[in-house]
Amino acid sequence: MKPVHDIASNRLSEQQIHDNFSDLHPPLSDLQARAEAARCLFCHDAPCIEACPTDINIPGFIRRIAMGNLKGAATEILDANIMGDTCANVCPVEELCELKCVMNTAEHKPVTIGLLQRHATDYLFAQGVQPFERGTPSGKRVAVLGAGPAGLSCAHRLALHGHEVDLFEARGKAGGLNEYGIAAYKMLDERAAREVEFILAVGGITLHTGKALGSELTLAGLRNDYDAVFLGLGHNAVNRLNLDGEDSSGMHNAVDYIERIRQEDLTSLPVGRRVVVIGGGNTAIDIAVQTKKLGAESVTIVYRRSQQQMSATWHEQEIAQTNGVLIKTWAQPVGIVHEEHGLTGIVFETTRQNDDGRLEGTGERFELAADMAFKAIGQVLDTHAVGNELNALQIEHGRIAVNDQRRTSLPDVYAGGDCIAGTDLTVTAVQDGKLAAEAIHESFSTEVQHG
Amino acid sequence: MADLSCNIAGVTSPNPFWLASAPPTDKQYNVERAFEAGWGGVVWKTLGEAGPPVVNVSSRYGSVDYNGQRMVGLNNIELITDRPLEVNLQEIAAVKKAWPDRAMVVSLMVPCEEQAWKSILKQVEQTGCDGVELNFGCPHGMSERGMGSAVGQVPEYIQMVAEWCKTHTYLPVFVKLTPNITDVRFAARAAHAGGADAVSLINTVNSIVSIDLDQMAPTPTVAGKGTHGGYCGPAVKPIAMHMVADIARDPETHGMPISGIGGISNWRDAAEFISLSCGSVQVCTAAMRFGFDIIHEMTNGLSNWMDSKGYNTLDDFRGRAVPNVTDWQYLDMNYKTIASIDQDKCIECGLCHVTCEDTSHQAISKLKTADGKRVYEVIDDECVGCNLCHLVCPVDGCISMVEVDNGLPYMNWGEHPNNPMNHS
Repeated sequence: MKPVHDIASNRLSEQQIHDNFSDLHPPLSDLQARAEAARCLFCHDAPCIEACPTDINIPGFIRRIAMGNLKGAATEILDANIMGDTCANVCPVEELCELKCVMNTAEHKPVTIGLLQRHATDYLFAQGVQPFERGTPSGKRVAVLGAGPAGLSCAHRLALHGHEVDLFEARGKAGGLNEYGIAAYKMLDERAAREVEFILAVGGITLHTGKALGSELTLAGLRNDYDAVFLGLGHNAVNRLNLDGEDSSGMHNAVDYIERIRQEDLTSLPVGRRVVVIGGGNTAIDIAVQTKKLGAESVTIVYRRSQQQMSATWHEQEIAQTNGVLIKTWAQPVGIVHEEHGLTGIVFETTRQNDDGRLEGTGERFELAADMAFKAIGQVLDTHAVGNELNALQIEHGRIAVNDQRRTSLPDVYAGGDCIAGTDLTVTAVQDGKLAAEAIHESFSTEVQHG
Repeated sequence: MADLSCNIAGVTSPNPFWLASAPPTDKQYNVERAFEAGWGGVVWKTLGEAGPPVVNVSSRYGSVDYNGQRMVGLNNIELITDRPLEVNLQEIAAVKKAWPDRAMVVSLMVPCEEQAWKSILKQVEQTGCDGVELNFGCPHGMSERGMGSAVGQVPEYIQMVAEWCKTHTYLPVFVKLTPNITDVRFAARAAHAGGADAVSLINTVNSIVSIDLDQMAPTPTVAGKGTHGGYCGPAVKPIAMHMVADIARDPETHGMPISGIGGISNWRDAAEFISLSCGSVQVCTAAMRFGFDIIHEMTNGLSNWMDSKGYNTLDDFRGRAVPNVTDWQYLDMNYKTIASIDQDKCIECGLCHVTCEDTSHQAISKLKTADGKRVYEVIDDECVGCNLCHLVCPVDGCISMVEVDNGLPYMNWGEHPNNPMNHS
């Protein structure tokens, strides 16, 4: 018997929804923070620092927490990573700093660096302290495209050096994926907006929303008007399954729906009774967990390889599983089943890895009932979506090519974040922006010296 | 199972753990709770003369916390008992009657007049207690009135009062010594010369434990002001053990019973004091930190350790460490140890390297392998065997100090060619 098509909002009470979307990891109390900070060995040449893409002096800030110097701790963090507050909440610390913590060996439990970092940044924000000041105006002007983590980081660092920044954002709000793309239970309340406000408060940065490359802006025009340009364009498209019925009702891009969860009233968001998620990354986990939290009865993630091969970290997988999400592996979608009223199921073929390590179908098929299905199979930079604007730049593997300094093939154009090759993490985007800003600043200084 | 029974200067108790003269021993209620928990004895909080009792201030204790641990050190500005003498005497008698097998020693502090001591000793004898302890150590409040450490800092006074007490009571006399002197042996010799049966040490150390940076005043703060107090707890244990060892080694006082005091918090601390010849050990801070139940770990731990070593009674190991405490000049100049790092246990924190590099002898090299692993190795030729790396290493057994057999015979500083005295 075919299941009854069923997509509805208000599956749970307002209170249940509120509880479900409360903090993933509750913050540390002062007592907990001091006890946790005391666990840090203050390693020399610490492995955790090496694992941090933004080079935060982790033992340094933890020691400041231990000594009751929370402002100093937060400043140490933000000096290296202006989005240290977001990163404390969304970084896959289990694969970065906490993975390298020597206490894994000593006690089989790392120092909870992420929570300690948040303890410090929460303090700073609660106190309303602004430790940064714009540098003496240099007379140089830089256009930063995209007010996501890469663009905000770049703009802030440029402002510290005294350069004037026009920050252009295609959407209505700054923040990028922090505002639109990260699971709601990781970025509670107005954390993303609070951070944007903090960054812009340094001065010297003018935010222009609703301005996109290829529409209101052209690269040539920006290069003409500004001393340098930074591109923090992010992703602008998602991969496709290339199956019939892919765009029919009931089929969704995970990123679009995650955005709705972040931006809309959760109680009025419709969600399926049976949800199927296709993909194996953190986006798949985010949509699966959140639809479950919205009241979906069964949520199944289907991934074509093994659980170990999923790009979602073990910690993320654990979050899914403890939230009652079923993770099914070794199957790929081959058909979308529709009836008049909408989606009823997804047909999968089981897969295996052949001797060459390549994935192949076995011919065996099964159908999973679904009234809502999400594609979480990767996001890309569609270079054509911005007209011919990127034609002047060297593109490699679908991303803007840059050198170590995040300089593109054009001498005055820099890029960072998801639009260049890398790990697609907030923290690496922040580092890209920071490095690009330093390179831009250096190029100005060199100019002056040689001028 | 080891026999923990204790006999010091004729005062017996089922185990060597006594509560020191302090707030936990101020009342019948507290002391009976302690005895119910299993404490071997108490030194009742110091009694003063009859008449209006002393007055204590509000806010009395200050703490030294370290790295998340509370009360590594504790100080207090409390005086002797602030309850009437008669009440204390009645309660002491009642408790001793109800708990005849426990040691009941009464701490005393009266002005430096023979009549005052004679009078109180006669009253205390009536309680049936087992001994008296002369409080010559209290460093605050009472000392400003010519008592406590004001007496303990003058060997002649110690001897004089000890003599009075031996003259006027049959009870064993313990003299409690202050550490606030330059050489405790003079005080101990005076007690010995005065006929005292035992010494108890150390009393608390003069201290200001912290400054409240908002009030800009020492803690504990009384209406915006603070004063120096008596410091005790784990932080003072090393100071106490040095003084105990000095008295145990001194030819004049060697063999004199010692009741050890100073940061004793567990069975191991107790075993260490007993190895330095202490008869009983007295505890205060640990009980004030955790309550009386810690006695179970103390007796059980001591007993298990004694069993593991084959010691049947406390006398089997009492004083065993004393012959190995010596003066620096007799240490073997030819003895050599060097650090050895067990690479399998190393967690790569790098603390051994950086501390040796920054503050010692640049004897631990650092290497990063191609796969990012950090390897720390001892440079044997540079290592002086100082122990620093062994002490900072967070992993037990990872860095050990290994004896090097250099074939050289024992040679002390007196015999060393670099000693200028050998060139005359």
